[in-house]
Amino acid sequence: MSLDHAAVRHIARLARLAIADDQLESLRSDLERVLHLFDDLAAANVNHLAPLAHPHDQTLALRDDIVSEDDRSAQLLALAATAQGGYFLVPKVIE
Amino acid sequence: MKTAAQPWQAVIGLEIHAQLSTASKLFSGAATAYGADPNTQASLVDCAIPGTLPVPNREAVRKAIQFGLAIDATIARHSVFARKNYFYPDLPKGYQISQYELPVVGAGRLSVRVDDGRTIEVLIQRAHLEEDAGKSVHDAFHAETGIDLNRAGTPLLEIVSAPVMHSAAEAVAYMRTVHTLVRWLGICDGNMQEGSFRCDCNVSVRRSGDTQLGTRTEIKNVNSFRFVEKAIEYEIERQIRALENGDSIVQETRLYDPTRHQTRPMRSKETADDYRYFPDPDLPPLTIAEADIARERTALPELPQARRVRYVTELGLPEADADQLCSDRATADYFEAVLAALPGQAKLCANWVLGEVAAKINEAVIEISAAPVTADGLAQLLTRLREGSISGKIAKDVFAAMWNGEGDADAIIQARGLKQISDTGALAAAIDAVLAEYAGQVADYRNGNEKLLQFFVGQTMKRTRGQANPQQLNELLKQKLAGN
Repeated sequence: MSLDHAAVRHIARLARLAIADDQLESLRSDLERVLHLFDDLAAANVNHLAPLAHPHDQTLALRDDIVSEDDRSAQLLALAATAQGGYFLVPKVIE
Repeated sequence: MKTAAQPWQAVIGLEIHAQLSTASKLFSGAATAYGADPNTQASLVDCAIPGTLPVPNREAVRKAIQFGLAIDATIARHSVFARKNYFYPDLPKGYQISQYELPVVGAGRLSVRVDDGRTIEVLIQRAHLEEDAGKSVHDAFHAETGIDLNRAGTPLLEIVSAPVMHSAAEAVAYMRTVHTLVRWLGICDGNMQEGSFRCDCNVSVRRSGDTQLGTRTEIKNVNSFRFVEKAIEYEIERQIRALENGDSIVQETRLYDPTRHQTRPMRSKETADDYRYFPDPDLPPLTIAEADIARERTALPELPQARRVRYVTELGLPEADADQLCSDRATADYFEAVLAALPGQAKLCANWVLGEVAAKINEAVIEISAAPVTADGLAQLLTRLREGSISGKIAKDVFAAMWNGEGDADAIIQARGLKQISDTGALAAAIDAVLAEYAGQVADYRNGNEKLLQFFVGQTMKRTRGQANPQQLNELLKQKLAGN
């Protein structure tokens, strides 16, 4: 699989990374090498195996439906850059 | 001139989000109660504080299993939580924990009665567990958006239908059926104003007979049955108009504007559908034991569809009555509790539950479980009615008094002296008085004007203040008028 500069820009935008034009080519070739590695993996015959979602042979532990958390809003809001009236504030987002 | 084309066919699939009614969140011990002050129910996990890990809620899993069994779906013995990645301020982790390739509930089906009387089978492709996002508040602040993470992490069951519905009416009927079912099972409170039950509608159109689906649009987050109907109707019409004008449909997400009854495109997020799902490394696969599934299957209540059929075939109720009684489990249970005291009187009980009781409940805007007249109370009243102690008209008055808290049926009948006059002597005296007063009408009646019987019935009822036993009154009157 090969990558072009447009694909690199798209991936960067999805990850919210600002990249400069002069970084494009080196990122492109690095990522392409990573993808070639996956091509090698894809070539292995795994038809007889079920997809593995998790490397450890564990089952998920579940918890009972009990409210165990108190109001920590004062502490949490203190971590935020801006907060007002109990809300975290972020730059205006309009749909 | 245009060539005659096949008519258009709409194709609709719904993604319904039902909030599971758990006390705590899907992956944290924070409360899920509605209406709390902002961020007071946001835990470290919900806020994505580094180093925290999600631990799933057993009850949410149990409720998902119950839904799966109710739609006759396969419950996955192993299912996988996956990360759906996107950036938005009300999603602190930068991903939503959802299920993708291996959902907990596989394909199932639901039998849906449409308003025109047809029954359609709707294929449900899957239902999966996922967490809700937080809430963005846009209008309370001047240059900023406020973020409330109370809703973040609330458990949702996303129920995905196949694209098998062909009209807004079918889609709404399906949505209502799912709404009834989740409330019936007690897995979701169904409160649409509070966002506990909402829906995304996927709509496309094609020429009848085409096998390929047309390009679809998705209408996001519609939270009332009426809006779903209006939004789909508008969207079908819009797409047909565009295609007939030679335009093409753009695959996009649209929002429904309830004030204008229109859909309009959401500001385009060009990367919105690139979610890069992958299994969440924080969560090993969810394993459900066969024994747990068997236990839930045994505990499953009689489902609305089965009960509806039983009401029609075994109790002989009209379909419309059965539909209405089974629209809500509390109503159906109330009806059955009344019926238990009046065996064989299903129609009488249904008439009262769907008539007097429903009218009062709608008027007071309360649930039947909060009705001041209990099923036992109504059963006592209807027993007196059946015995002939009171007439139907008096029974309604007594019911109103019961509703106002004046006591039980017997107490009200006693206190108001409403017991029906079934004593032949007293009734005969009342009739004699009426016939004496209206001698002219009696002569007319005897000359063949038999319509006057109702007049005499009315007058005698008036004289007895409505307490005459109507059947007995009729018989006695006829006898007296015949000159006996």
